[in-house]
Amino acid sequence: MSETSTRKGSDFEQQLDKSDTRVAEFSGHGRTPLQHLQHFLHGNPTMVPVIVLLVGIGIFGSLIGGRFFNAFTMTLILQQVAIVGIVGVAQTLIILTAGIDLSVGAIMVLSSVIMGNLAVVNGVPAPLALLIGFAVGTFCGAVNGVLVAKVKLPPFIVTLGMWFVFEAVNFIYTQNATIRAQDVEAAAPLLQFLGNTFQIGGAVFTYAVVSVLLLVALFYYILNNTAWGRHVYAIGDDEDAARLSGISSSRVLISVYAVSGLICAFAGWALIGRIGSVSPTSGYEANIQAITAVVIGGTSLFGGRGSVIGTLVGALIVGVFAMGLRIYGTDPQWTRLTVGALIILAVAADQWIRKVSA
Amino acid sequence: MRHLFASAAVGAFGLLALSGTASAQGATTVCLITKTDTNPFFVKMKEGAEAKAKELGINLQSYAGRVDGDSDSQVQAIESCIAGGAKGILIAASDTKGIVPTVKKARDAGLIVIALDTPLEPLASADATFATDNYEAGVLIGQWAKAKMGAEAANAKIAFLDLTPQQPSVAVLRDQGFMQGFGIDVKDKAIVGDESDKRIVGHDVTNGNEEGGRQAMENLLQKDPSINLVYTINEPAAAGAYEALKSLGVADKVTIVSVDGGCPGIANVKAGVIGATSMQYPLKMAAMGVEAVKTFVESGKKPEASAGLDITNTGVDLVTDKPVDGVKSMDSAAASKACWG
Repeated sequence: MSETSTRKGSDFEQQLDKSDTRVAEFSGHGRTPLQHLQHFLHGNPTMVPVIVLLVGIGIFGSLIGGRFFNAFTMTLILQQVAIVGIVGVAQTLIILTAGIDLSVGAIMVLSSVIMGNLAVVNGVPAPLALLIGFAVGTFCGAVNGVLVAKVKLPPFIVTLGMWFVFEAVNFIYTQNATIRAQDVEAAAPLLQFLGNTFQIGGAVFTYAVVSVLLLVALFYYILNNTAWGRHVYAIGDDEDAARLSGISSSRVLISVYAVSGLICAFAGWALIGRIGSVSPTSGYEANIQAITAVVIGGTSLFGGRGSVIGTLVGALIVGVFAMGLRIYGTDPQWTRLTVGALIILAVAADQWIRKVSA
Repeated sequence: MRHLFASAAVGAFGLLALSGTASAQGATTVCLITKTDTNPFFVKMKEGAEAKAKELGINLQSYAGRVDGDSDSQVQAIESCIAGGAKGILIAASDTKGIVPTVKKARDAGLIVIALDTPLEPLASADATFATDNYEAGVLIGQWAKAKMGAEAANAKIAFLDLTPQQPSVAVLRDQGFMQGFGIDVKDKAIVGDESDKRIVGHDVTNGNEEGGRQAMENLLQKDPSINLVYTINEPAAAGAYEALKSLGVADKVTIVSVDGGCPGIANVKAGVIGATSMQYPLKMAAMGVEAVKTFVESGKKPEASAGLDITNTGVDLVTDKPVDGVKSMDSAAASKACWG
């Protein structure tokens, strides 16, 4: 971001060489260990969910032992959260701009049923069916983006409405008919590709797991090291300031929603891989699950702060607690209760860290 | 935009006018109100009602909620039916408790109200209930699984894939019915999870779809990898469970049983994915409902509940390609002619 110039400027600027080159810093004397921790976390916001994740694994590992704490179970959790992780990346982009997208799950399912019906029912070649699915997802996202950026409607309202629209289109288009896994396998095995597994020792991975890791890495890079990525943060932090500094906020916003739609379509492809069949009733809680992952992952709902890595860790936290509680043998309601408590804790921790004082 | 509104208004008015003329001809009007008009189960129900109405010369008006759980639309539909002078209402209620006051309004206005598929709470809020005996549906697959396993039934390791954490009545009935059929002491019939039989590995929820089925199956296999029998709330959940078993390489060691009778489910019985399923008959349910309203209009007689039940049972049949002694069943070929969706 800020480079120290090596060019020799005008004479009067030479005076700058004598000035203090240290960056502004807080004096660190007289801090309690708790304040040290607070300060450390303020500098590394992603560490909070990582710590929670490790504590969670530790708790269940000691309660349940080998049945929980082994390579197979750990990678199974990865498989289970891959789709939420992918949708979570899309949701993170939007929440970073201080928006929210309630339609992510509906876009995912709509894209997946379009891919599936085109390839299996209408005999469209599978690669083309996938591309059309991606295009539909991108288009859905772009519609959201235009309504938010150009028509200036609140994201919550826009995506609430479009959630119903996309979901209804999904049911009307499919007549709520499911395409069986065997039929997908026979007609278009490419659609199930992301569900294929490979093994490394006891660990079992699906291509969906690989793709979510790659996707997170890609967007971590894009958000931190490209102009577009920095613009996303800038708009979320303060849209007026971003606009005044020359960022075309409406263009960036539309592109964020469109990219988010594309990622959701990709999640739709992963969904077919996971469940084998093409089912319009899947993923109806994906929007809430994605928001949950984003929030537990430490991304601020006010925009401008957070990371896709945090979101993936957030999804993993939910996965670890759900799996741990199930193996331990509790009622499914306890899982919901725990996840609810984790959401509140995550936001409370976030607020506490922001109160860093010298 | 304005054109759109104008044409929509004309269209709506035209519809109103049409329905007006239809009922003006003196034909009896019956309303069918379903949870959604997208779920194949209710699509089939509508088809059954339409066919029967046509046959009897009855005017049928269909309404549906937008999604499962949308009770407001159903309340409005009942109000429209009362106002429109309908003689009877057939309803698959989304909110079985919340709809009761509105149903009472209709009955007070002299309409006969019949609950289809989903009993109201309390059950007596409707004049009659035409539904699948879900407990019986569970008992059938339980008995089949027990006979199929033979002596091994004593060493069964059973996973239960239920519906939602809220455990609605239909899910409890199927789950507990299966246990009784299999020979497990259900303790309290109204509660899932109070049993102490060692053969039960655990219960998990699926939301009744493939995704939830797969996740629940994975979770329970982590709890006990030696599971060899899986009860599922419906066929989509069964398909998801099979995906999990297949990916873990244990699909051939595990038997799955289910309830529904949808065409994809019957195809899965044929393919050997599902061992046995209990088939229900939405078409028959609706047709019986239309007939009952006609009888009521002509003679004032209300339908009676089946012997030993508080509902009128519309029938449930076991479908399997591996029949066992002592449990009556039909094969998937016969079932594929009667399946829905």
